[in-house]
Amino acid sequence: MNKLTKTEKTNKSTESENIKESLDDTDMTIALAGNANVGKSVIFNELTGSNQIVGNWPGKTIERAEGKLHFEGQNIHVIDLPGIYSFSTYSMEEIVSREYIAFEKPDVVINVVDAAVLERNLFFTTQLKEMNVPLVVCINQIDIAKQKGIVIDTGKLSAALGVPVVATVAIRGEGLHELMEAVNSVAHNKSENKITTLKYGAEVETRIKSLTNRIESENLNLGYPSRWVAIKLLENDPEIRKLVESKAKNVVHYSYKLAKEIENIHKEPSFSVIAAERYSLANRIASGAQKQTEIEITFSERLDKIVTHRIFGYVTSAIVIGGLLLWTFVIGTNLSNLLSDAFSFFTPVDPQVSGTFVAILWNGAFGGIVAGITLVIPFVIPFYIMLSLIENSGILTRVAFMIDSAMHTIGLHGKALIPLILGYGCNVPAIDQTRILETRRERLLASYAVTFAPCAARTIVILGLVAIYVSVWWAIALYAIDILVIFTLGRVALKVVPGETTGLIMEMHSFKIPSLSVALKQTWVRTKSLIYFVFPIYILGSAILQGLYAYGVLNPVNYILAPITVYWLGLPMITGILLVFAVIRKEFTLLMLVALFGTHLAGVLTPTQFIILALVGMLFTPCLSVLSKLALEFSWKASGTIAVANFFTAVIIGGVVYRIIGLF
Amino acid sequence: MSNNEKLSANIEEYLESIYKISQSEESVKTSRISKDLGITAASVSEMLKRLDKMGYVEYSQYKGVKLTGKGLKIAKNITRKHRLLERFLHDILKLKDHFLHDQACEMEHTLSDDAERALCQVLEHPDKCPGDSVIPACDLKFTTCEECMQRQEEEVNEVGKRHENLIPIMELEKQQKGKVSFIRGDYKVIRRLLDMGITIGASISVIKIAPLSGPVEVAIRGSKLAIGRDIACNVFVELIQD
Repeated sequence: MNKLTKTEKTNKSTESENIKESLDDTDMTIALAGNANVGKSVIFNELTGSNQIVGNWPGKTIERAEGKLHFEGQNIHVIDLPGIYSFSTYSMEEIVSREYIAFEKPDVVINVVDAAVLERNLFFTTQLKEMNVPLVVCINQIDIAKQKGIVIDTGKLSAALGVPVVATVAIRGEGLHELMEAVNSVAHNKSENKITTLKYGAEVETRIKSLTNRIESENLNLGYPSRWVAIKLLENDPEIRKLVESKAKNVVHYSYKLAKEIENIHKEPSFSVIAAERYSLANRIASGAQKQTEIEITFSERLDKIVTHRIFGYVTSAIVIGGLLLWTFVIGTNLSNLLSDAFSFFTPVDPQVSGTFVAILWNGAFGGIVAGITLVIPFVIPFYIMLSLIENSGILTRVAFMIDSAMHTIGLHGKALIPLILGYGCNVPAIDQTRILETRRERLLASYAVTFAPCAARTIVILGLVAIYVSVWWAIALYAIDILVIFTLGRVALKVVPGETTGLIMEMHSFKIPSLSVALKQTWVRTKSLIYFVFPIYILGSAILQGLYAYGVLNPVNYILAPITVYWLGLPMITGILLVFAVIRKEFTLLMLVALFGTHLAGVLTPTQFIILALVGMLFTPCLSVLSKLALEFSWKASGTIAVANFFTAVIIGGVVYRIIGLF
Repeated sequence: MSNNEKLSANIEEYLESIYKISQSEESVKTSRISKDLGITAASVSEMLKRLDKMGYVEYSQYKGVKLTGKGLKIAKNITRKHRLLERFLHDILKLKDHFLHDQACEMEHTLSDDAERALCQVLEHPDKCPGDSVIPACDLKFTTCEECMQRQEEEVNEVGKRHENLIPIMELEKQQKGKVSFIRGDYKVIRRLLDMGITIGASISVIKIAPLSGPVEVAIRGSKLAIGRDIACNVFVELIQD
């Protein structure tokens, strides 16, 4: 582990300064900017290797990835900005990016562009040009473009944009050295970037100029380039309007007047005129620099036909998700066995009920560590590696496309599928991932759904109790019940948390061969939150509970919970404690049973009791780590509500299923 | 109501019914219309022949009936008024659901275009009626609702009306091509669409429509986008004939 990671766990306000400090001895700072899914993270990984840290933007729940690179004797600080399509204020990512570029002024911005969809990407490039930053354009994935019959003339593109253009195939490392050379020369000789302003149509251009002059004469000191501010004002950007209004009201009024003029000429709102003209600018530059030869149907398109077919689409979606889970079970079980064998000589997972106080606590804490290592890690890591590969290949986008209407029933759209699936590994990083959704309300709804996704630990309980002692089919039935619960309660939650639903707008990228190194990196980032966040709660929680248990403090719990466990759910009295333990660690339900009764559980519980216990354990109050994560992302109130709601959900459904099974 | 008015109201009812049925069914059969309007099949058939002569529909006994461009325009206009009125009765007057349809049917034929625009503004340009059917776009030559909100009533005449029919992209057939002409919604929605390249005047075509009222996949500016139904019913195009 490198020294950079030390600064990771700091509070938000000082986070950026700390990172700054650790990256202090840099000779230059470069930022990677571009649309989503153009290979930015691949380039970032190739450039920085293992020298990177992933934190949050100060005060924002948006991932900030930065790292270090040595190039020709210089220490270069690299920042990977979020993938965005524009600099408007539609999302937090866009605001973070534009503020970073304007105020922290990186020495060079590398604009990563998808060669296969040049026009859409250049729309963003034109906006970077307007930000007046030293720019290098990196045309990535030229191999995929070539397959589609697109050939790009980098010389022409460079001439049109007035900035250096380098073609790359980042996934194979091709062109990255040339890219860094171009960056280096721009950093040391800024004149490489010509101040050619990309011009709009005459009616718009004259008004931009006039407003720019007005802004300049006012000396507003906004931090943003004047021309850019002028364009944003004519686009009616709410943030910029507020900013300018606070300094010079008359400028804003003047911009209204000019916007109105544009509207009268074009019979269209000025922000829409500007967007259209910017796109036509991008179109002109793109078509001037690329040649489209004979279009042949590529493999990617054939694959696309199948995975979004009205019938096969659902089949492939099911295969993708089912295959992911199956792979996790198979690999996870084997790894888990290997690891428990390795650890077995500590006999760690028996809850210690006698001995000194310290020994008991130690045993509890150690049990927490071992359980984490032997039970969670072996399932979570293979799961995340495979998920990242599927995600980066582009297949998940198609699954999201097919599943969008189902997600709408719970007020979410197709993209929410990704956190939901992630929850099958561990709920904590899944709640992190809800950030890809547009509003807080949608993130909350998605997180609530995520708490019902049976994570690795719950999977162990389901497999360990039901699949082994009852039948595999019942285990599958529990998963089916779970999906039903997610959608039913999702609908209820939708009624409880009113508000608008944002629709889906998602780029459908071509399929590509995913990079293992990016997948590993993503897996690390996702697993890391688990290790730093989940493990401490695990260890502390299990030490305390073990202590309480050993001194008999928990015995009354069995009596208090008896009306629920014994009468309503038909379970033995001892399960009261098991469920309390499940709030600390989900797999404790199974581990404690084994600890107390050995592996001959079939003599202790009836098949129905196995099923009910696993079912209640699956739907029960989420574990402490998830509850703290919910509190951190939303509020303690939200977290508490979910805890109580899930408790009752589990108990009610458990009791009903118990009675239904009783009928047969 | 004079005879003439009664006649035109009657025509409007027919066209509206045909439009409604055509939204969910491949071909519109006489029997379906007869069931929808509660009129005998024989009278429906009689009326359809007259409508065919007037150029509102293409009708043949065996193939069923299809709206012409002219007929579609009237049908959409009256359907729009109907669904806006339902919204109004539901949202503002808080009438019970089962009153909505009949009451709106009565009012739709007498609602003037100016009143329709005012109603749409008061309701903040809704996209769906209480029954969740999409409200067709208005006929005025606006490109966005924003513009409409800024215009005074007397200026509207200068704006003029569209000759072409506006079609939401989710109603485009595969491989049909359209020119984006009108986007319904507030600044945020429009801004997001513009940033993704769905600008006024851009040409767009549908590649695929996901089943179970899923999203629409469109080709625009050399790339592919998936757009959810809720947004796709607010992006309107004029057809481009190849």
